Amino acid sequence: MSFLSFTYVIMFYAASLVLFIGLGRKIYQYAKTPAPLKIPTMPAPLTNTGVIMRMGREVVFFESLFKANKWTWIFGWLFHVSLVLVFLRHLRYVFPQDSIIGAVIGLELIQSFGKYASYTMVIGLLGLLGRRIFVDRVRYISSPSDYLMLLLIIGIAATGMLMVFVSHVDIMQLRAFVVGLFILQPVAVPTELLILIHLALVAILMFIFPISKLLHAPGVFFSPSRNQKDNSREQRHIADWAVPLDKTRGNK
Amino acid sequence: MADFETPAYTEYPVIPAIKMGTMEGSGPFIAKPIHNEPLGFPGELVENWKQVALDKMQELLGKYRSLQVYLDSCVKCGACTDKCHYFLGTSDPKNMPVARQDLLRSVYRYYFTFAGKWFPKLVGARPLTREVLDEWYNYYHQCSQCRRCSVYCPYGIDTAEISMAAREILDTVGIGQKYCNEIIAKLHKIGNNLGLPEPALKNTLEGLEEDIEEETGVKVKLPLDVKGADILLITPSADFFAEPHIDGLIGYAKVFHEAGVSWTISSYASEAANFGMFIGNYDNMQKVSMRVREAAIDLGVKRIIHGECGHAWRVAYSFWNTLAGPFDFLDQNYPIPQHICEFTNDLLKRNKLRIDKSRNDHRVMTFHDSCNVARASRMGDKAGGQFDIPREVIKAVCNNYVEMDQDTIKEGTYCCGGGGGILTDDLIEVRVKGALPRMQALHDVVEENGVTNMAAICAICKSQFSKVLPYYKMSMDMIVSVHQLVSDALILTGQKTDEDESKEDESK
Repeated sequence: MSFLSFTYVIMFYAASLVLFIGLGRKIYQYAKTPAPLKIPTMPAPLTNTGVIMRMGREVVFFESLFKANKWTWIFGWLFHVSLVLVFLRHLRYVFPQDSIIGAVIGLELIQSFGKYASYTMVIGLLGLLGRRIFVDRVRYISSPSDYLMLLLIIGIAATGMLMVFVSHVDIMQLRAFVVGLFILQPVAVPTELLILIHLALVAILMFIFPISKLLHAPGVFFSPSRNQKDNSREQRHIADWAVPLDKTRGNK
Repeated sequence: MADFETPAYTEYPVIPAIKMGTMEGSGPFIAKPIHNEPLGFPGELVENWKQVALDKMQELLGKYRSLQVYLDSCVKCGACTDKCHYFLGTSDPKNMPVARQDLLRSVYRYYFTFAGKWFPKLVGARPLTREVLDEWYNYYHQCSQCRRCSVYCPYGIDTAEISMAAREILDTVGIGQKYCNEIIAKLHKIGNNLGLPEPALKNTLEGLEEDIEEETGVKVKLPLDVKGADILLITPSADFFAEPHIDGLIGYAKVFHEAGVSWTISSYASEAANFGMFIGNYDNMQKVSMRVREAAIDLGVKRIIHGECGHAWRVAYSFWNTLAGPFDFLDQNYPIPQHICEFTNDLLKRNKLRIDKSRNDHRVMTFHDSCNVARASRMGDKAGGQFDIPREVIKAVCNNYVEMDQDTIKEGTYCCGGGGGILTDDLIEVRVKGALPRMQALHDVVEENGVTNMAAICAICKSQFSKVLPYYKMSMDMIVSVHQLVSDALILTGQKTDEDESKEDESK
């Protein structure tokens, strides 16, 4: 195996470890940190089903963002939905075509949507970047990392689009490389420049995921203002650490 | 009036361009040792404050999921940037919710995250310095913890949680806010924010009984420390002396009288307000809440009813069960606690009160949703009851009612500008400027619909509006209590009305 292939193999295994262990640690931390007081943003659902619906609307439609700002919503939502479609298309690099999943993702519908969603994805990203640059309030709150994050994802999208629409690359060799990584029998990485850039940028994204604001992805599910139900009069809620402070025990 | 300019009305609500540093300053008066120590905080800034502050931050990160998740999750999308009344009124970018959070988040990143430790410039991390501490003190006392930002954040990030944590850290290193801490100390000692002792309270209530009898000819009691009463009324102490609060208290008394229930006020727990929440301190908030439980047990009541107060209703509705529960010794057939508006609305619905709406015909009403009632509590048994029930009460006793702009009511309501421990004269500039969005919306319905009065169900809102309305060229007595409207329209059993008198004259 060439030095280049060796580097890419190591890079992807390292990136995967960082991504999954890092994310796992954060999720564990969020799950084990208590929410000692009931603080749902009201009006809040009164039932568990209601909470699932609220969270669903938040995650699928970005309900709160829609209330807040239509431009940020349209760009943000466009980007995220496109990302899902593009991601689905990419599954064909992992699943064999003769499997059920492979057959589903091989459908023309999913493949075409995934292809053209790259345009809407980039439009969304450019819109978000534009707001960051031109709206004085958003510019004020932006750090260099906020711009770099957008540029990184734009870079991933752009190299991907070049390979699909302009300069085709050897997909079969790429597929072999990816499958090789998954079954722990790494093979040589394709040497086309676009593929190498695309893969390197994806690895960087994996590395920074658990140490950056990308934690909003697991974070939203743990947000007490969104995932708590409104039942504090009916049911007593108390955190473990607050039990020793509880002065009502033995008090009639 | 003061050395700052009151913001001007505009034709439409305007999002101002940011202006750096307009609200820089040293913040509100700093608490003295006599204010801090009774709360369990050091009297003044401790020597190793930096370590103490970072240790406290670590402790809070482990105790409050909200803090941990909110500090990690913000993507700086900007959705909240135009949602805070203090930003809209001051144009200071540090009053944008995300920027206010970042004052703390930048320090969190520097000490507690990989990216912040190794690439501080890249991710906007910074070390904790004395300047940072002073900046926290200044800007975390320009947040009224109203939660409006949390409605619009795609992750529900609530700046109130961040500002509570920041204030707790500040208190822990010995920099407390005089206004809040002095009041909490008074409450621990005497039982209410005013430091009003039992004899003075008794005197005030007797005075009110005389006033009501003079006005209506009916003996309406305002009982104090009556053992064995059915209902304990917990209400903000401002209701005992301030205008227009006191007219609300008279309203509750009349409603209780007509309902024929036995009720009492407690001199031991003569305060609904719980400023322990404002300083983000669990222990103090619990200690204040426990007085209510102790009073209820001591007096042997069956129910607790809560007067018109916003943050206090949040604590009562959302936190009492946690902090001072379980209330298994009370009658479980009633909500614990029950809001006075729930109680009154139920009587109105069942036609148990004789109401003459025309007695409020000289008024065209609108209603200000108090932030903590709207976004941090509920009334009734349906989500959103906190919006409907007070409106139903007002409409049941008034003929003329108009809503303000949809973006400024219900879950999108603007804070009065004085909540969260800001209601102090040393923060008057913040208060006046922060009131702009509400004043703008009120001004619009005054111009368009001839609104004469705005009702509220919060002691802080009422005090704040009385103070800031004149800055906006409106009359301070525009603000009224909801139960003042009830009181004015309610005809007590045996009460002589003008109508009765004229009928009597005719029959003569």
